[in-house]
Amino acid sequence: MAKRASPEVNAGSMADIAFLLLIFFLVTTTIETDSGINRKLPPMEESDEDVIIKQKNIFTVLLNGKDQLLVEDEIMELKDLRQAAKEFLDNGGDGSCDYCAGTKDPASSDNPDKAIISLKNERETTYKTYIAVQNELVAAYSELRDKRAQSLYGKPFKEMEANYNDVNWPGNKEKLKEQIEQIKLDYPQKLSEVQ
Amino acid sequence: MSKFKKKKDGGVPAVNTAALPDIVFMLLFFFMVATVMRQNTLMIENNLPFADQVEKLDKKDLVMYIYAGKPSQNYKQFGTEAKIQLNDKFADVNEIAAFISAERASKREELVPFLTTALKVDKDANMGLIGDIKQELRKVNALKINYTTKKGSVFGRD
Repeated sequence: MAKRASPEVNAGSMADIAFLLLIFFLVTTTIETDSGINRKLPPMEESDEDVIIKQKNIFTVLLNGKDQLLVEDEIMELKDLRQAAKEFLDNGGDGSCDYCAGTKDPASSDNPDKAIISLKNERETTYKTYIAVQNELVAAYSELRDKRAQSLYGKPFKEMEANYNDVNWPGNKEKLKEQIEQIKLDYPQKLSEVQ
Repeated sequence: MSKFKKKKDGGVPAVNTAALPDIVFMLLFFFMVATVMRQNTLMIENNLPFADQVEKLDKKDLVMYIYAGKPSQNYKQFGTEAKIQLNDKFADVNEIAAFISAERASKREELVPFLTTALKVDKDANMGLIGDIKQELRKVNALKINYTTKKGSVFGRD
């Protein structure tokens, strides 16, 4: 029997097929958003005893149904909120906070440990405004923490946290964790939401 | 002088396209690997708000998604008020508890405390709905939440 050479397969249309698949995946790809503001809800069980907090240690933020902002009984624009929150937290009125850079106004918060931000919103408030306010308040805390970390350890707090989560970071993690805890203790995030 | 015979004058030679499939395959593989198939088919509008103080959600398998927003074009018959979507269907606020326990049951026991609830809520939804969701989550002790947002400045948007 005569030996027949196998004919060569024409691969010219392979590119077309590949293009077809490529376009399919291009169209179906959605880059999923997987980042956001982390929060922790308060647990359900209520303690019976009411904790007494001095009025001057509470920074009230009210959001009404028309997305207007009332901070400490005064109308405020969203862009001023971050600065106002920072001034309140960093006030250090009782002098026990030696790293606070605030004005030491006796009518404002005693120290960052006692300062509480209270956020109240109405049912009609839109979600985007709420997120914007949350964002500004979180930003106020993180800016203060950054400043504190910069003066204590010479690098911003965000970088320290990033290093802590990075498995390839070469430094001493135990020590870094201690430093992070220290900063968190200096400026604890006390953000309460009123239902 | 046949040594320097002038080549046949055939105009511009054709470009060799033999490597084209390779390039296309490379792109194809990139998109195949990068594609994340959506878990849920959204029946609501889901235009997330912007924020810049965001943290990344790692460990995707430990996240429970709750969607909320107003029904999209194809589901107009459900009204224009923001609704909650769990898995592939609209849900009522009191169904959240069952959803959370079902999600917990599907995970290994030691991982349950690390579960995070991601709230993917449309930016025009109102806070009443979110408050109800949060209240339900507190009841079932699912306290770690994440407001999923796009990354960007909060100012100058509407």
